[in-house]
Amino acid sequence: MHPAYSVIFFTTASGAGYGLLIWMAIAGTLGVVPPHWGIGFAGLGLALALITAGLLSSTFHLGRPERSWRAFSQWRSSWLSREGVLAVATYAPAGLLGISWVFFENLSGIVVVFAIGTVILSLCTVWATGMIYASLPPIRSWHQPWTAPVYVGLALASGGVLFHVILAASTGVTWWTAGLAVALVVVAFILKTMWWQTVDGAKRSLTVESATGLGRFGKVGMIEAPHSRPNFVMREMGYHVARKHAKKLRTVATYLIFLVPPICLLLLPMLSTLVALPVALTAAVSAGAGLLVERWLFFAEADHAVMLFYGADKA
Amino acid sequence: MTMLPETTERKLGLVIDLDTCVGCQACATSCKEWNTGGYSAPLSDQDPYGADPHGAWLNRIHAYEVDDGAEGRTVHFPRSCLHCETPACVTVCPTGASYKRDEDGIVLVNPDTCIGCKLCSWACPYGAREYDYAHGVMKKCTLCVDRIYNEHLAEEDRIPACVRACPTGARHFGDLGDPNSDVSQLVAERGGYDLLPEMNYKPVNKYLPPRPKRNSATSTQSYTAPPPAKTDGSVTERLFAWADQMLSR
Ligand code: SF4
Ligand code: SF4
Repeated sequence: MHPAYSVIFFTTASGAGYGLLIWMAIAGTLGVVPPHWGIGFAGLGLALALITAGLLSSTFHLGRPERSWRAFSQWRSSWLSREGVLAVATYAPAGLLGISWVFFENLSGIVVVFAIGTVILSLCTVWATGMIYASLPPIRSWHQPWTAPVYVGLALASGGVLFHVILAASTGVTWWTAGLAVALVVVAFILKTMWWQTVDGAKRSLTVESATGLGRFGKVGMIEAPHSRPNFVMREMGYHVARKHAKKLRTVATYLIFLVPPICLLLLPMLSTLVALPVALTAAVSAGAGLLVERWLFFAEADHAVMLFYGADKA
Repeated sequence: MTMLPETTERKLGLVIDLDTCVGCQACATSCKEWNTGGYSAPLSDQDPYGADPHGAWLNRIHAYEVDDGAEGRTVHFPRSCLHCETPACVTVCPTGASYKRDEDGIVLVNPDTCIGCKLCSWACPYGAREYDYAHGVMKKCTLCVDRIYNEHLAEEDRIPACVRACPTGARHFGDLGDPNSDVSQLVAERGGYDLLPEMNYKPVNKYLPPRPKRNSATSTQSYTAPPPAKTDGSVTERLFAWADQMLSR
């Protein structure tokens, strides 16, 4: 599948944004961070900025962005529509939470309800993002049970890393939040590993013989394409990264998301504020870069069944 | 509305005969010509005279080599929307632009509400949807919905343009939901099959497999060489025979 940069940016940025939103909402109401307006402004502001930038960028790949409001209408059948509805709905409790935190420095009473709403809707939105891909049968590697959990896992892990940037810049980092963030990175690592294993272990049972139904007569090979230059279908569905490069990039993504950030996180509680901030930023930059690689691979490695008709040997 | 109808009154579709298709592209060009002025207008092309020409076509004809050696054959393989009964291309659409009609099962895109998100093209295993880069919306086979009910056209033209154009009669149009229709009978008779049944999209269009190859062992007719042409041995005939011999030296 062709990796569209706007979609890669959208899913990573908004995923991290929702993750941070969840961390902030929980940490705020549990009193892990004080209801100081500055912390609320920085944390919720960063989260909502990432989400909004992601959502805006996702409209860049539309042919008719001016009609995008129509995408809210088909939530009964379409995960893309559900994602749109949930994403917009999340702004309501998140906005109320932000107002109470930043303008009134109040995180108790009714604000707890806003926080709970923010957490639930954020989780549902990220789940819906994953389900957009999981609901496409022609793409075997996406159409599997681990796809949506991976999206949620990576959102919580990257949100945790960002949350610690906020902590490092304000109250300082305690062992137990750092430990929890590391635990979530490990969970995300396990989920992504399961995902990769399912992809690599899947029986690629579709062939050009079975797709054309001509296998009963013998081996099938395309001798003439319908067109002399790639058409939309080939440009969109035919993108393919060499297995060798994919393997290397998987290693790069693994180090950047699952190795560097946990090490940084574990160092944070021991460091003075002055040193902690650059270390936390290193974790965030590393996780962000790793997620972009991971998301690029998510597309570039995915085979679409239609390519069988163009002579791909398996899907 | 992207919820799929439980059932449709009719199941209009095509039956494509892989035995008789000669890969002449008449259906594809006729489709492009009709549809660039019809329901899906325009069907734009990009860089048509340049180095990288491509554009939105609703029907594509592949050619496959099947088996090799004495048993090898070339099969021409037209590919277009199969108007599936349970296609994810419709249900994934966020806007309702993609829909399946209750009355005849035709799957359409409304060009006025499509946002060009391309998700439906990802959901189609058959590559039947092509994005129009100039129009910014998705295009697909309409089963010539603007011909088949069009009373301004002569009766014999109220069939999809591709079916009308096919010089070998390899394309058949009709109601596949009616077991007594000509197309259903043809499918039953010739063992018509679904493409990629594993996807569970329940395509309406069917493909008729190439007939088994005939050779001296399987042919039902015995071959007798025709008798040699009679000659009358006249002077003119001998003269021509002599001239033929000289000239072919
Ligand atoms: S062939 Fe493709 S576009 Fe047509 S109905 Fe089936 S899934 Fe949808
Ligand atoms: S490209 Fe158009 S028809 Fe296809 S899913 Fe998106 S909005 Fe629906």
